[in-house]
Amino acid sequence: MNKTKKTIINFALLFSLILAVLILSITLKSSSMIFVVLKKGAIYALIAVSMNLLNGFTGLFSLGQAGFMLIGAYTYAIFTVPLEARIQVYQYFNGGIIHFTLPVIVALVLAGLAAAVFAFLIGLPVLRLKSDYLAIATLGFAEIIRAIFQWNTLGPITNGSNMLKMFPSFDSIIKDLAKDDGKHEFFKNLFVSAPWLENFLITILPILLSGVCIAIIVMLIKSSYGRAFKAIRDDEVAAEAMGINLARHKMMSFCTSAFFAGIGGAMLAMFQATIQASAFKSAMTYEILLIVVLGGIGSVTGSCIGAFLYIAASEWWLRGLDAGKFLGISAPGIFRNGFRLVVFSVVIMCVVLFWRKGIMGDKEFDIERIAGRFKSKKSKGEVSGNE
Amino acid sequence: MSENVLRLSDVTMQFGGVVAVNNLSLEVNKGEIVALIGPNGAGKTTAFNCITGVYEPTNGQVEYYDEVIVSNHPSGKMKKLYAGENGGKYTKVVSKTPDKITEYGIARTFQNIRLFGSQTVFENVLIAKHMRAKQNMLSATFMINHKEEMRMRRESMELLERQGMAHLANEKAVNLPYGIQRRLEIARALATDPKLLLLDEPAAGMNPQETQELTDFIRQIKDEHNLTVFMIEHHMDLVMKISDRIYVLDFGKQIAHGSPAEIQNNQSVIDAYLGVAEDA
Repeated sequence: MNKTKKTIINFALLFSLILAVLILSITLKSSSMIFVVLKKGAIYALIAVSMNLLNGFTGLFSLGQAGFMLIGAYTYAIFTVPLEARIQVYQYFNGGIIHFTLPVIVALVLAGLAAAVFAFLIGLPVLRLKSDYLAIATLGFAEIIRAIFQWNTLGPITNGSNMLKMFPSFDSIIKDLAKDDGKHEFFKNLFVSAPWLENFLITILPILLSGVCIAIIVMLIKSSYGRAFKAIRDDEVAAEAMGINLARHKMMSFCTSAFFAGIGGAMLAMFQATIQASAFKSAMTYEILLIVVLGGIGSVTGSCIGAFLYIAASEWWLRGLDAGKFLGISAPGIFRNGFRLVVFSVVIMCVVLFWRKGIMGDKEFDIERIAGRFKSKKSKGEVSGNE
Repeated sequence: MSENVLRLSDVTMQFGGVVAVNNLSLEVNKGEIVALIGPNGAGKTTAFNCITGVYEPTNGQVEYYDEVIVSNHPSGKMKKLYAGENGGKYTKVVSKTPDKITEYGIARTFQNIRLFGSQTVFENVLIAKHMRAKQNMLSATFMINHKEEMRMRRESMELLERQGMAHLANEKAVNLPYGIQRRLEIARALATDPKLLLLDEPAAGMNPQETQELTDFIRQIKDEHNLTVFMIEHHMDLVMKISDRIYVLDFGKQIAHGSPAEIQNNQSVIDAYLGVAEDA
């Protein structure tokens, strides 16, 4: 009975979320910042949850997330750039050496797999390390990956340090539904009669994609393997004495985390429509770490809430800090480029000092309590315990 | 002659120049309760760690049902440093991680309780079922083999019911009273379906009444689960009441071995515990 109740609550939440996006896209203009926050927030939520799986649930402090995202983003982009666009994209490399295009979904999965394969290879030596050492090693890996992808010799595949573009993005996928070639009359008419529909689909697509991925991670955490991960986090020695093979389970967690970070990276590429390896700096990993810490280490819903809050703050609410005007105060001398990051640094310091558990702490699985206390917050983290 | 469950031969554990366990040989037979006692720092827990794969002994061999599960000989730098005996006797190197040892059927508890604090009593037991579950990560995540998960949950609950802890199932492990935490640790070890149970000071920090309850508890689980028990303990009344045989360690060396009555009257044991007068 309890189980059916939980399922109903989860479906109700999912439904209300879709409804909320629908209402927003009907009422607001498609240029509203809220859609950027929703799309990018959903993508960051997935990446933050994947990082939380490793840092919060398995207790492995890894800082390689940006590296895995980069692998995912590049894998997706390389395999989906349309054939006719290759000569233009790879203009310095004679159109590159890959002469086929994969469907979007296949490329997305491949992006995850590529990241997971890299994670496996790196994990072999690196997972023997503990805590800070693991963090340093994974951080180093992410930097190396970035350098390798910018390497000119690999240009025919990665386009060197040049931008990859013209691959299918969320915008173009939806807009192509109503292409002007006579074959897509149905959507074309639909979009004409309901102009908000296009923006709704563009917004809901990343949300649903990352929702599915987060749901899979939650199911993993709820499974026997998730319990084994948590056991490793709580006490490695005891976990080993309970018959949990540390090396294998750490590797599983590491690869799974990388898999979803790779998909997240691919989705980020789809969101931005262009990617460049130089964007995947370690600062990106810290952004995600900030989200994880802010939301609560060991809380999936916390990471989701944290992601939306962070993206809303950085893309929208605190924009003024960089642009010279904030809360009506105009002070171009102080509020100039980069001031936002100063504010974020102060925020993370305050969180670590005074609010160490973040928004959710490690709680969330007790759905009744959250339903009572955090009902309003939870609708944002669309996927919570679906036991 | 009853069946040998565990046999240690010449197990030596040397840390740098310190010989923590020196040439320890002992046997535990099926169905017995055997105790390992000795003053503080005698090397009892180190011996346990050598059996369970936490440490790799410097020299010696451990057999479980006549299968070598641990074997090592001094090599490398240790070859020169080695201060124990029988250095050249073993040639094989068998080194298994603790999870493999647990899979063989040797479960252990810890001297300082090592429960999964953030998790409930039920989850603590459930984790131990993970090892023998027929599943892989995909089938577990997508609940393809849901029967297996249900079986794990059912068996864990049954185990808790038998131990009289079912009413605590949803309690967080850290919030339990000390004595119950000890029992939970034993219950968790039982959930791995062991044949041999290693208890590291199960009565540490317990009052006489709790110790008495524990004595009954150990007897009860031994009969219920058809176990062989090998334990380290300091509470002499518990040891004397429950053990079939006792081994005594002092400074890493075995100084006595026998029935509880024999040990109680053994002069070297009394000396080890009480000290010897300088000019006696």
